[in-house]
Amino acid sequence: MLDQSKTNKITSDLLSHIRLNYAFKLWMGFLITSFLVCMYAYITQLDKGLAVTGLGDYVSWGMYISNFVFFVATSLIGMLISSVLGLSGAKWAAPLARIAEIIALAFAAVAGLVIVMDMGRPERLINVFLYGRIQSPITWDVTVVTCYVLISTLLLYIPLIPDMKYCYEKTDNTPKILKNIYKALSLNWIGSDEQKKILNKSVLILSILIIPVALGIHTVTSWLFASTSRTGWDSSIFGPYFVSGAFVSGCAAVIIAMNVYRSSYNLKDYITEMHFDKMAKLLVLVSLVYLYFNLNEYMVPGYKMKKFEAMHLHELFAGSHAILFWSVQVFGLIIPIILLLFKKMRKPSPMLIIALFVLLGAWFKRYIIVVPTMEHPFLPIQNVPFSFKVYTPTLTESLITLAPIILVLIIVTGLSKLFPIIPIQETIDHYEETK
Amino acid sequence: MSEQEEKPKEKTRRDFLKQVGIVGIGSVLAGSAIIAGINYDKRKTKGARIKVLTAENELLEIDRNDATKVGKFKAENLSYMQKQAREGIKGKRWVMVIDLSKCKNARKCMSACQDAHHLRPEQHHINVLKMQESTNTAPYYMAKPCQHCDNPPCVAVCPVDATYKRPDGIVLIDNEVCIGCRFCIAACPYSARVFNWTDPIRAEEDKDLVYNPELNVPQKKGTVSKCCFSADRCREGKLPYCVSACPNGVYYFGDENEDAVTNGTTKETVRFRKLIEDNAGYRLMSELGTDTRVYYLPPKNRTQPFKEEDKPEAGEHIGNNNA
Repeated sequence: MLDQSKTNKITSDLLSHIRLNYAFKLWMGFLITSFLVCMYAYITQLDKGLAVTGLGDYVSWGMYISNFVFFVATSLIGMLISSVLGLSGAKWAAPLARIAEIIALAFAAVAGLVIVMDMGRPERLINVFLYGRIQSPITWDVTVVTCYVLISTLLLYIPLIPDMKYCYEKTDNTPKILKNIYKALSLNWIGSDEQKKILNKSVLILSILIIPVALGIHTVTSWLFASTSRTGWDSSIFGPYFVSGAFVSGCAAVIIAMNVYRSSYNLKDYITEMHFDKMAKLLVLVSLVYLYFNLNEYMVPGYKMKKFEAMHLHELFAGSHAILFWSVQVFGLIIPIILLLFKKMRKPSPMLIIALFVLLGAWFKRYIIVVPTMEHPFLPIQNVPFSFKVYTPTLTESLITLAPIILVLIIVTGLSKLFPIIPIQETIDHYEETK
Repeated sequence: MSEQEEKPKEKTRRDFLKQVGIVGIGSVLAGSAIIAGINYDKRKTKGARIKVLTAENELLEIDRNDATKVGKFKAENLSYMQKQAREGIKGKRWVMVIDLSKCKNARKCMSACQDAHHLRPEQHHINVLKMQESTNTAPYYMAKPCQHCDNPPCVAVCPVDATYKRPDGIVLIDNEVCIGCRFCIAACPYSARVFNWTDPIRAEEDKDLVYNPELNVPQKKGTVSKCCFSADRCREGKLPYCVSACPNGVYYFGDENEDAVTNGTTKETVRFRKLIEDNAGYRLMSELGTDTRVYYLPPKNRTQPFKEEDKPEAGEHIGNNNA
């Protein structure tokens, strides 16, 4: 039988964060102000052209493209947690599915904006649809990222339908308009067996569909590089290398979000130490896979030392990018793996710090993949200003790079104030099953 | 460009023809037209000869003074220019041969090119590089234009069909379509492409010019630019800007189908295949399978030795300071 008081507690606990408090307003105000400052930088770029960046004819892709790769990468976590873990019957991940889906959706949707920020002629974006050529990996990327955003939206929304009913019925102090939106979104959910059957089936189908699409977005993104003959990009393992790296940054993002939601929304009973322990182990697993791909990516060319590969690797290992390269590998990958092997480290607070390092490392890893290769083309760089030979990002460019990151934070915060971030219905069902 | 823009102009033309009573000769190609007129009264005066294409697709040569410019139709001309630039020049397969043994780093090719294409000093459609393959091998000067690959990586990756390969072998860019994603720059192994990071150097004076993709002028902010093999000059039956400007006889340019290339300095025309065969001509990074249309003759028996002061820069790329 239904334990009414327990159900009520779950519902009120999980709905408690849906209200606008002072802290939220302050945080949101800060985010929006920073975002506007960054957008001002973008307006300067629209006016003056990409000359406001540190890019040149040789390093023509820099921070924006690194940022794009990072965004696509981080969005892959939605597929790993809500789909792969869900399908494989790992029940522990269920409360984290919505957090992962929100992160996936925010990063994937904003990735589209990131790429527009890199365009010399953003007003001609429509040309991609008017004159799109099937041969170009960009066309594949646009197609597959759009698909991923759509499926992720559905994967976020469909399990949310039963919860919408709770939002509609059980929240107080919410504006009437929001209540009406909840009611509309709940699609007259009454929790009948037939409704449950349809919902479960839809989620199952979407969970399966999203796997190839998610692999697709990051594989195709890696092909933006691997489809050229440039040293450092001309690699046949770029697809899996990028996908495995994506899970690393995605896991880190989820761990950070878990931490923040848990402490600011009082969800300690729902996101437990067990969840952190499991996420830590998952992070170690995906990091080990990524480390393995790194070994392949750098050791195999390093063994042969072909002329251009040798110059490229020298730059990374001991040249101008060495500090960044080794910091990323050591502090963003190797040390986190080692630390998380200890049980003491698999606790919320140490994991927050470790995850921040991993995420930061993941961003700079993309930079290390994009920039050094462009600084060393096959033919010498001559008769151009020094700024064309060595890429130095400008302040304007950095602000523009920051804009989409802030936008993701706005989306992730905003969504958590509108919807319960731990699935209510699933938590109740799970409680009843285990009772 | 569009049907609406065309109609009023059609009318202007007819009025004009009626008024001055001249015979108009126009050729209509898919909604666009070259318009020219002949004034029979001035038949006797002499001037430069020009070519005019009639509506019957007949190519006539007439006196410049006999022709009357009927109008300037910016939008119409643009779409005509774009179409013409995509079709290329029928029956031709343009090819360039660069004789490295003759290059003295005079850089006249570079300045002529920048002049013609309205480029900034740091933008090179053609760049003379100081090259060295490895320590102890001879350094040499190498002019490097776009290689006009038959299997162009840049064209493959372009998401919007802004850059394309023409039947006559030339790879061009339509900067009215280019979205500025710079994937082509990343894909080009020859670093042949440049970008308009800011307003072009001659933006102000070029603002009324009709865009010609065969010359890529006016340059446009936020779009990619590169060597056009002087497609506009090819159309006029002239040698490319760089080829004509070279004082040292480095360049040959011509038609592979005719098996003939002409030296830009001496104006001597030779058999293309024989030139390549006799001098062990080669192509740049042919291992990439790009099938380039630019051939190089090796830098042997050079007319002038490599300058001592240029040696460090030549060795830089391979980590050799030539000390």
